[in-house]
Amino acid sequence: MAEPMKIRATLQGDVADVRILMMHPMETGQRKDDKGEIVPIHFIQSVVVTHNGKTVLDTQWSQAVSRNPFLGLRIKGAKAGDKIGVTWTDNKGDKRTDEATVAPAS
Amino acid sequence: MNIARRTFLKLTGGAGALTAAFAAGLVAGGQAWAATWNKAGFESKALADAMKSLGATGATESKDITITAPDIAENGAVVPVAVTSKLPNTQQISIIAEKNPFPLAATFDISGGSEGYVSARIKMGQTSDVWAVVKAGGKYYTARKEVKVTVGGCG
Repeated sequence: MAEPMKIRATLQGDVADVRILMMHPMETGQRKDDKGEIVPIHFIQSVVVTHNGKTVLDTQWSQAVSRNPFLGLRIKGAKAGDKIGVTWTDNKGDKRTDEATVAPAS
Repeated sequence: MNIARRTFLKLTGGAGALTAAFAAGLVAGGQAWAATWNKAGFESKALADAMKSLGATGATESKDITITAPDIAENGAVVPVAVTSKLPNTQQISIIAEKNPFPLAATFDISGGSEGYVSARIKMGQTSDVWAVVKAGGKYYTARKEVKVTVGGCG
């Protein structure tokens, strides 16, 4: 259903710089379509980021987050090959989980 | 899709008790994860109410919080905002766009292992202050930055 996320995690020293791009319409419930009907509200409510299975970031979002949301964070004490997991849940109960590994510094 | 749903409703509507039980199950399931979502905060229409829902009324301003956002955002639908907190024990970062219909945009709960830094892109209806509310060591701190919006992104 939902498109896969793009997750990039690169090591900078012992900190992993994680960048996540989610594919989601993020409708505010205020926009109208061509027929003048309000497009129903549809947005990601929560995003959980884990590092080797341990939650490092738990977010709550509103409809004010842009379409195809971007999320950036830095995780301390990361090593190359560590697993970064991302799960989002939207207001319709739709979910998606993707995983990436931390790439060594280039 | 819609026709299928109608048929489904009609069919299950006959077996009232069963439908009720099913619906109850759905609602309970939904609430389990929605319980943590700050509904009052995300539905408040004023900055003060949003602050109150976070428990951050009367938060002190701090110079250890940096908001990275453009001075002028040409497209209000995509305003990149990054918040860096140098405060020790940063537990939570919230981003608020003061003049949005619903000011509170996002809350980030940071647990050990993550730095006091988050970056996201938000929509802004008009020129206004962007507030960062940071919870560190059980106390609340704020910082703000004005972002001028050329074309609003809420329509």
